Formats: sequence, structure tokens, C-alpha cells
Amino acid sequence: MKKIELNFMGARKVTTVVSILLIIFSIISLARQGLNLGIDFTGGTLVEVGHTETINLEKVRQSFSNSDFNDVSIQYFGSAKEILIRVPPQQSLNSADISSKILNLLSTNNIDVEMRRVEFVGPQVGEELKEDGGLAMLYALLCIMIYVALRFQMRFSVGAVAALVHDVVITLGFFSFTRFDFDLTILAALLAVIGYSLNDTIVVFDRVRENFRKIRDKTPVDVFNISLNQTLSRTLMTSFTTLLVLIALFFLGGEIIHGFAIALIFGVLIGTYSSIYIASPVTLALGIKKEDLMPVKKEGLDVDS
Amino acid sequence: MNRYSTWKYILILFFVGLGLLFALPNIYGKDPSIQVSAARSAEISELTEFQITAALDEAGLPYKSTALGTGNLTIRFNDEETQLRAQAIVKESLGRSYVVALNLAPATPDWLSKFGAEPMSLGLDLRGGVHFLMEVDMDAAINKAEDRYISDLRSFLRENKVRYKTITQSKSGGLLIRFKNDGERNNGQSLIEENILDLNIITPDINENVSSLILTIKEEILLETQLLALQQNITTLRKRVNELGVAEPVIQRQGRKRIVVQLPGVQDTARAKAILGATATLEFRLVDEEHEPQDAVGGRVPAGSKLYYDKNGRPILLKKQVMLTGDAIINAASGFDSLTGGPDVTITLDGRGAKRMSRGTRDNVGKRLATVFIEYKMETTKKDGEFIKTKETIEEVINAAVIQEQLGKRFHITGLDSTEEAKNLALLLRAGALAAPIYIIEERTVGPSLGQDNIDKGFNSVVIGFFLVLIFMAVYYKIFGLVADVALALNLILIVALLSLLQATLTLPGIAGIVLTVGMAVDANVLIFERIREEIRNGNSPQASIHAGYEKAFSTIADANITTLIAAIMLLSFGTGPIQGFAVTLSLGIICSMFTAIMVTRGLVNLIYGGRNLKKLTI
Repeated sequence: MKKIELNFMGARKVTTVVSILLIIFSIISLARQGLNLGIDFTGGTLVEVGHTETINLEKVRQSFSNSDFNDVSIQYFGSAKEILIRVPPQQSLNSADISSKILNLLSTNNIDVEMRRVEFVGPQVGEELKEDGGLAMLYALLCIMIYVALRFQMRFSVGAVAALVHDVVITLGFFSFTRFDFDLTILAALLAVIGYSLNDTIVVFDRVRENFRKIRDKTPVDVFNISLNQTLSRTLMTSFTTLLVLIALFFLGGEIIHGFAIALIFGVLIGTYSSIYIASPVTLALGIKKEDLMPVKKEGLDVDS
Repeated sequence: MNRYSTWKYILILFFVGLGLLFALPNIYGKDPSIQVSAARSAEISELTEFQITAALDEAGLPYKSTALGTGNLTIRFNDEETQLRAQAIVKESLGRSYVVALNLAPATPDWLSKFGAEPMSLGLDLRGGVHFLMEVDMDAAINKAEDRYISDLRSFLRENKVRYKTITQSKSGGLLIRFKNDGERNNGQSLIEENILDLNIITPDINENVSSLILTIKEEILLETQLLALQQNITTLRKRVNELGVAEPVIQRQGRKRIVVQLPGVQDTARAKAILGATATLEFRLVDEEHEPQDAVGGRVPAGSKLYYDKNGRPILLKKQVMLTGDAIINAASGFDSLTGGPDVTITLDGRGAKRMSRGTRDNVGKRLATVFIEYKMETTKKDGEFIKTKETIEEVINAAVIQEQLGKRFHITGLDSTEEAKNLALLLRAGALAAPIYIIEERTVGPSLGQDNIDKGFNSVVIGFFLVLIFMAVYYKIFGLVADVALALNLILIVALLSLLQATLTLPGIAGIVLTVGMAVDANVLIFERIREEIRNGNSPQASIHAGYEKAFSTIADANITTLIAAIMLLSFGTGPIQGFAVTLSLGIICSMFTAIMVTRGLVNLIYGGRNLKKLTI
């Protein structure tokens, strides 16, 4: 078994620049065109219908153009046998009845389809879901920061959270740029990415702490480099197995879970990168020293042998 | 070195056995079945069972088994076609007093059920059905309460001979009483203070010339009113759902003014929506025969009367005094009018209602009595970032018939458009009115074909992802990889067992959580195995390497899992619906993986390598 030695920290200036550019790019995209929020957050109605044969999209569009619905979006969903109809909150119609009206409209226009899914979210509920989602994210970051600060040290905590914010902003930027639908499941994926990315970061930090205590004649940069190399195979292995199942989910999970799988695949990649190139450099830049990590008392729990 | 004491193996075997036991019911699947329950004044007994089996036998429909539970009866069938045909037959043979609902009953063998082992319950996105989130209009509930206090105050002041001019709802909130003079006001104030404890008296308004008092309902009474409205609405919704015939409905309070309604298997959402959200009720008023409705349209409505319109938009004047409200109705049945053949609803009143009705109609034979249909509708729209609720009350005279004779406990109303309308009205009158209007603010409906699709796809992705990881681990870590594979399989079984044990609901995002757990659960083993490899590279003996590998990796695994668990718990507490499903399986997966990836693999590794003199380790 040969030992790989990579100078991760040597490349940290370049990667920092790349990350900053990505973040700026994401923020610009978010500021200019925002996220393509799904009805979970905007409110509105979504109807998915399917048929055993190809559905004529033009015919469906036509029947809607003659109706009193405004700004209806109609598109294929997964295949040409399924379509997704989305209606923003309407001023003139009683909101809860919209889905029934859509299904009626289709059947009166002789479009023979089967109802597969209906979602209606009132504008108020959408607003609340947005708020709750944001809160969940903030509280998760806060709790994680406190835990890491207690278990490790404040500088590590800032490094870890910097990496998480980096991941979240860039993933959001990715969704903003690609115009993929951003709904509740994507939010869940984003929080899973936080968990995952943190997992990676903690593993590296754990090794850094151990090495700081063990290795006496090396600079902090060297200690980080050694630790990153020691954990590299594990980092790659875990990312690989996780990606393996996510790819299975992407291809086999069906259209409904697509966005979720994409968010996680992107998040796992960016999370793996950030635990190496963001969490560690930030912690270093904050001036972490050997003295910060000398044990006051015995750390960690014992495992039975 | 590297030996586990016997009790540890026993502990592992105990948990594994328990896991297998509780995961087992899930492989038996579910039988299509029908669930019969009593709707009203009927009872489920052996007699019902006999009646049903006789009807099924006669129709030549085979059934698997029947089971008499508390208040319900389940009959299982081999396929869905028989189930559907049986439902129609049973409905017909039992009549209206019973609810016959389609259901999927778990086919768990008896010996397993005895342990309390049941399969996981599937979410609506997997089995199909409707989810509604409804909001109770609390303003309307408070309005109603204020109305009640106004009429209480009127009679209270009258009884105590306090002379007042008017009692109204004040525009700035609360109730406004105007008295004849200051003396009367002071008198009234002290009386109300002493006797009507639910009300706060706010300092009399000095700016106004009239002697007046402003009263507000006390905070705790308001809260109580709201809670009561919520509970009453839940009760009414439950009755309505029962009338619809749904197996295993969920009707739950959420927060201070919301109600969640989940109806598995319901496809006709339009009807479900119309029935659940309907605020329809009836009122009976005498027609004002002395005045011309046309004059009233011009704006001169005579005192004591109110202007209404009938279904065809024709104006009609009715007395302000209500003879009877919908509350007095205890039963209603739709049918056909024997004279015209049109749809009608036969109404049965309670004792008090019947008395009022007979008293009211006795002196008015020959005059017309109008049936007023009342419905509330609300819409929320967003304008300039503000939510605007527009409310609309629809009051429509559905008929005005000449009173032929004194009416009593039972009578019937006509003038309905269709049999469907008659049926729905009868259902609503039976189930009772809502204490306050409710509005659907969220709906999620999944059709049955999509539900099955979701199950298949979710199952496939779990299985494929799982096997990919199994193969990869075995190839990369050899024997240790196989050990990790066993742990991973066990992890999956334990998650399923825990989900079944907790009767948590499995949803599509929940399956995604399981998939993700499979990917992440191997992380603990990867950490341990990489550490063992490292120790070997550093020149340690195989046995020492195994020991050190587990030892050193532990705190890393604990830290990494705890932080992920923090994120999962945040999801659980702040998320709703789909997010929670994901968070539940993710957290369970993390907890199970700690056990399987550390304890179980260690046990296996010790069993294989422990206590032996090893020269080399294949890892």
C-alpha cells in the first residue's frame, strides 16, 4: 500500500480564490434572479396528471388559454405521458377549488387523463414554510457551532461553520443559476448536506486535534496537511459510497425525487471539497496553535476492548 | 486480545432478534379489505357479521376472513376486484346506518400480532389519499361569542330593569352599551361587574355625549372560546368524515387554530373538500307578507324584516326573527318528494326544536315559511405583501312554502336542485354545523397509481443503492468489507423494525432518508477500517491494529454522528410533513448505525480474528 502525500494547504490560496468567486457568483445570481421557488413557498396549485399514451401538450395549453386562469405553466413531467400544471395564487377564484376546476377543464376539453397528484398551498402557509425552513437552517448552524466549540475549540467551530455557509450559499447559487425548482424536499436536502459536510469536517478536525497533541516539531500548516492526507482515503471512500446510492436514487427514484437527488449529489461534492479547502484554511487563518488543543482532561469516551 | 464477553454477544443477539421480529410483519403485505362501522344508533355484533357473510355468500363472493373488532368489522379479500364488488353488496344489505369503507388490512400472522408487531404505516404519498390543512376562522368564532353576550346582556338588563338604548358590537372592538342616562349607566355597570364575570368593563367613553359603557371579553374567556370552537369543529369534522366512509382517517389539532385531516384512499377530492369545508346550515323564518319585496329592493326595508333573494334572484322579505336554526336538527335524510318527484330532505328535530316549531307554525297556518340556506366562503389573497381575507356570506332562500298545518318533530323541505345537492345537504345537517367556518389552506392529494409508483421506485432505489455499496465494500475491504455488509443489512432491518415499532409513517422523503443512511452508515466502518490499515502501515501487529482502529475511530464516529443528529433533530422540530418524514428515518438510521457499525462489526471481527495469532490481516 503506497502512501499518497498531497500538499493540500499549499493550494489553499488558489482554492480560496475559487471559492470566493463561486460565492460571489452565487450571491449575484441569487440577488438578480433569486430561486425558482416551488409552490411550497410561493403558494399556488400544482396538478400532475398522467395517461397511458403521449399527451398532446399543445391541446392542453390551448384549453387553458381559453379559460380564466392566469399565468398557468404546463410542462411534461418525467415523460411525455405525464404533465405538470402549475397555477400561481389566483385573485378571482376560491383557492381550494382550483385543482377541481383544472381537472374539470381537462375533462370538458376531452383530454383523457388520470389525476396523479394535487398540491395546493395557501399563500400564508407558503410564507410560514419559508420562515420555518430558514429558522431550521439557522438553528441547525447555531447548534452545530456550539457543539463544535465545546468539543473542539472556538476556531474550529468558526472554520466548520464557514465551510457550511460556503456549501449552503453555493448550493443555493447552483439552484438559482440552473433554475431548478426549489421546494420543501430541496430544503430538506440542503439540511442533509449541512449534516454530511459537517461529518466530513469533523473527521478531519478530529485528526488535526490528535496530531497537534502527538506531533511536536511541525508547523500548524504541516499538521493540517498530514491530517488531511491521513483522512483522505476515508473522505473519498465515504463520498463515493454516498454518491453511489444517490446516483441510484437519481436514476431510479422517479421524477418527484430528482431535485432532491441533484441537491444531495451537488452538496456531497461541494461538502467534500469544503471540508478540505475551506474548513481547514479558515481555522488556520484564525491562528490555531498547538496550545489551543492540549487536553485539560482526558478527551473522548472510552470504547470497550 | 480482541475478545467480546458472552453477555455482549447475548445483547447483540437480543437486539438483532428483536429487530427481526418487529421487521417481519412488513414482508406479509396487506389484504384488500372492507371495514364496516356503525354510523348512528346501530351496533356491530355477531349478527352484523352473519348478515354480511350471508350476503356475500349469496352473491358468490369469496372472502378470506372476517374479524370482529371493537366497534368495527374487517372482512378480507383476495383481490381488489372482489373487494370493490363486496363493498357495494355489503352497503346495500346493511343500509344507511353503517359505514362501509375500503381498506388495506395488514396480513400479519396471529403469532406476530400477539407480540404487538405490526407493519409500518405508509404515508399518503405512498398509499394515495388526501391531506388537508384547515384553518378555523377565529374572528368568526369570537363574533359569534360577542353576539351571544349581546343577547345575554339584553335580557339581563331587562330583567334588572336597567334602561338602555342599544347594545352593539363596537367598531373599535368589544361591546358598546348606550344607556338612557348616567344614573342608569352607573347602575348597569355595578350590576354587570357583579354578575357577568366574563366581561371586562373599560372606562366609559367620555368623548361621547351619551352615557355608554364598553365591554370586552376577558382574555382567558377568549382563549377558551377559541379552544372550544377548535374542538367542536374537530368533532364535527370527525362526524362528516365518518359519513364519507373513510378507513383510518386522521383528524388532528395542529397549533391553536388549525386542523389536519388525512383521508387515505380518498380520490374524489372535490366532494371531500365540499363536505369538509362546508359551513352550510339552515334557518327557518316566516315570510313578511305585509310588505312588498320590490319596495325593499329600492332600499326601504321595513323594520323587523330582512331582504333575501331566492335561487332565481327574486327578492323576498323575511321576518328578522328566526323561528328555528340548524342546531335543532338531529337527523336528516335525502329522498324524493311524493308529490312532485323532486329531491327533498326529511328533517327530524330535537325536543326543544320541535316545540318551537309547533308553537311557531300553530298561529301561522296559511302563511309561508322560508328555508334559508347559509354558507360562508373565504379567500386569502396577497396584495402589496399583505394577506387580505375576503369573506362572503351566501344567504339564499331555497324555498318558501305555505304552512298547511302545524309542524312538529318531522317535516320535509323541497326546492333543491338535484339529488346530489339533497344528499350533501342531508349529510351536512346530520353531522352538525361547524362552530366556526374553516378554510382549506393546504392540500396534498396523491392518486393511487402514483402511490404505487412511488413505492416501487423508492424500493428499487433502496435495493440497488444498497447492493452497489455491498459489492463495493466487499471488494475494497475483503473480509472486513463483508463484516460491514452484514452490519449494513442489519442496519436496514433495524430501521424498518423501529419504524414499525414506533408506528412512524413511512413517506417518500422517508425512503430517501433511508437511502442516504445506507450511504452514510458505512462511514463508521470506513473510518475504523482505514484506521486499522494505518495502524498496520505503522508496523503494529494485526491484533493491536484492530484494537487501536476501533479505539481511535470511536470518538470521531461519535462526533460526526452527533453533529449529523443535531441537523436531523432541527429538521424534525422545524420541518413539516415531507421534511419530518425524511428527518425521522435519517435520525433512526444514524442511531442504528452506531450500534451496527461499531458493536456488531466488532463482535463479528472478534469472532473471526479474536484470540488468534495473526501474522497478516486481509483488509
